[in-house]
Amino acid sequence: MTLAIRVIPCLDVDAGRVVKGVNFVDLRDAGDPVEMARVYDVEGADELTFLDITASSDARATTFDVVSQTAEQVFIPLTVGGGVRTVDDVDRLLRAGADKVGVNTAALQRPELIAEIAHRFGNQVLVLSVDARRAADQPSGFEVTTHGGRQSAGRDAIAWVRAATELGIGEVLLNSMDADGTRDGFDLEMIRAARTVTGVPLIASGGAGTPEHFCEAVDAGADALLAASVFHFGTLTVGDVKSALRNAGHVVR
Amino acid sequence: MSPDVVVLDYGSGNLRSAVRALERAGANVTLTSDFATALGSDGLVVPGVGAYAACMQGLRAVRGDQLIGRRLAGGRPVLGICVGMQILFETGIEHGVRTEGCGEWPGTVERIDADIVPHMGWNTVEAPADSVLFDGIADERFYFVHSYGVRRWELTDTHAAMPARVTWASYGGDRFVAAAENGPLSATQFHPEKSGDAGAALLRNWVRSLS
Repeated sequence: MTLAIRVIPCLDVDAGRVVKGVNFVDLRDAGDPVEMARVYDVEGADELTFLDITASSDARATTFDVVSQTAEQVFIPLTVGGGVRTVDDVDRLLRAGADKVGVNTAALQRPELIAEIAHRFGNQVLVLSVDARRAADQPSGFEVTTHGGRQSAGRDAIAWVRAATELGIGEVLLNSMDADGTRDGFDLEMIRAARTVTGVPLIASGGAGTPEHFCEAVDAGADALLAASVFHFGTLTVGDVKSALRNAGHVVR
Repeated sequence: MSPDVVVLDYGSGNLRSAVRALERAGANVTLTSDFATALGSDGLVVPGVGAYAACMQGLRAVRGDQLIGRRLAGGRPVLGICVGMQILFETGIEHGVRTEGCGEWPGTVERIDADIVPHMGWNTVEAPADSVLFDGIADERFYFVHSYGVRRWELTDTHAAMPARVTWASYGGDRFVAAAENGPLSATQFHPEKSGDAGAALLRNWVRSLS
C-alpha cells in the first residue's frame, strides 16, 4: 500500500522527431517519438515526458500530431513541456492527448499563469519545470535559469519552488543544469533543499549515470526520477533502474 | 456485437486516451455531449479532471446530472472516472467551498491528508473478492492523480437498492475510495485509461459486463 517511485524517460522532440542521438537497436525508426514511447512503455516506464524544443512556430503543429499519436497508442501518463506560454497552449496540448503540461520560462515571466492554469484545469496538470544551477549569490545557493540553462533568471531556485507551490502547481520537475549530461549523479543537495519547501511531488532530473544514482535521489526526497541519455543510449534500461530501487528497499511498479 | 459506449464530452482535458482505451477494450465508442445519444448507449463513461465546482458546472451545462440519473433509473450502466467519480457523491469541498454533486451516492469529497499532495502515481488497491471490475487484476497497480477523495463510504446495505462493492486505496496514512460498484453505477478514482495493461483489463471487465 505504498505509492511506487516513478521512473520517467524524457524525449527531446524537434519538429516531430526525437533529437539527441538514440541508439536503440530494435527500432525501425529511432527518431520516431511514438515508437520510442512504445518501447519505454514495454520496458516499464511509469510515465513519459516530451520536451518540445521546436524553434519555429510553423513546425509546432507537428508536436500536436506526435502527442495525439502517442496518446492513442501508449496508455501511461504523458507530460509535454517546452514553449507553453498561455492557458490556450495548455488547452491545446491536453486536447491533443497530454495529461500534464510542463511550464518553465513563461511562469517565471508571469507567475499569474500558474494560478490561471490551475483554476481552469486543476493543479494536477501543471508541472513546474525548474532548470537550476549552483550560484553562490543566491540565499539557497541555487538559481533558476531560462533558455535551457543559458540565461540566469536572477532568482533563487528554492524560493521559486516555494512561491510556485503556493500559486498552485501539481508537481515540480527539478533539473540540475550542473549535473545534466555529466552522469556523475543527481544534485542531491538541490533535491533536499527543494523537498523542504514543497509539499507537491518532486521529480529529480539531471546527472543520472548508474542505477545507484537513482536510489540516492529517492533517499534525498525525490518521488520520481527523470532521465534521458542513459535510457536513449541503452546504458541502462528502465528495468535496471527499477531492480536497483527494489533492492534498495524502495517500492516500484 | 461490440457494446456502444459514449464518453461524455463536457469540457476540456485529455479524452482521447479514454476513447482509445475503451475501443481497445472492445467497445464501439462515441465522444459526444448529445443527451439522446448518451442516454441510449449501452454504457456511459463520465470522465473528469480539474476542480470539482468547474466539473459540476460543465456537467450541468450539458444536463449530465439528469443524464446520469435517468440512465441509472433505467438500470443502464455508468462509469465515472477520477473527478467523474467524485461528482457522483453528494458534496465536494475544495478550498473551503462546498459544491453540490449529483448525489447518486451519499458522502463527501474532501482533501487528502498526507505530507505530499496530489496523490500522484501508481498505487495498489484493496478490492473485494466479488469485484467485477478487478476480476483477475486485484494485485495490480493503477495510476492515481488527485488531491481530494472520499474517506467514508456512507451507503449502507440496508438503505441501498443494491449492495455496493467498495475498493480502497491507502496513501500517506490516509485511506479513501479507489473504486465502487453498485448495480449499474461504477466508478474509479484512478485513471484506468492511463494505467497500462492493468487499466486495459479493468475496462475490458466493465465493457464485457455491458453485453
